[in-house]
Amino acid sequence: MSSISAPLDLIRLSLDERVYVKCRSSRELRGKLHAYDQHLNMVLSDVEETVERVEVDEETDEVIVKKESRSVDMLFVRGDVVILVSPPLRTT
Amino acid sequence: MNNLFYSFFKTLCSKPVAIELKNDLILTGTLHSVDQYLNIHLLNVSIVSPEKYPQLSGLKNVFVRGSVVRYIQLPSGEVDVELLMDATRKENAVKKNEKKVKA
Repeated sequence: MSSISAPLDLIRLSLDERVYVKCRSSRELRGKLHAYDQHLNMVLSDVEETVERVEVDEETDEVIVKKESRSVDMLFVRGDVVILVSPPLRTT
Repeated sequence: MNNLFYSFFKTLCSKPVAIELKNDLILTGTLHSVDQYLNIHLLNVSIVSPEKYPQLSGLKNVFVRGSVVRYIQLPSGEVDVELLMDATRKENAVKKNEKKVKA
């Protein structure tokens, strides 16, 4: 039973690996996956969070995209903010 | 029923956590209790950047509805990741067997 038969199996195979998680409000997380459930609630460790903020320069009307990063040791993520989860990049 | 994270948070009761809400408010405090919806009762609360939320100053004892939570920062020393991963595998293995039985 090593074949993938349901979408969640992809995430099961990513346990104990670093995953990429895209969340609502322009947030991205990269961290090691330790737990998840059917709601996509998750526990990640060594997390790097990147938040994208878009600001408009009032004088020039230029759109400036600011990226802010922070690190968290251990983080619980509530499933309803998750947009997508991607397993670590493999050579396959 | 999803008991994995409910059980997990029960093991973290009386530990310090930081709860980030969907409106960007961050509350730190001691986890007093949790229920099946992951509603959280937090004690000794302090607000991160209180200057933005003067109306919330002085709150010490807070119930947070589970659905408004975005993240919860956990004390990494208090989390047994091996136990968590075993529990996750077990929970998802059980789901598989249930499906087989129904089929």
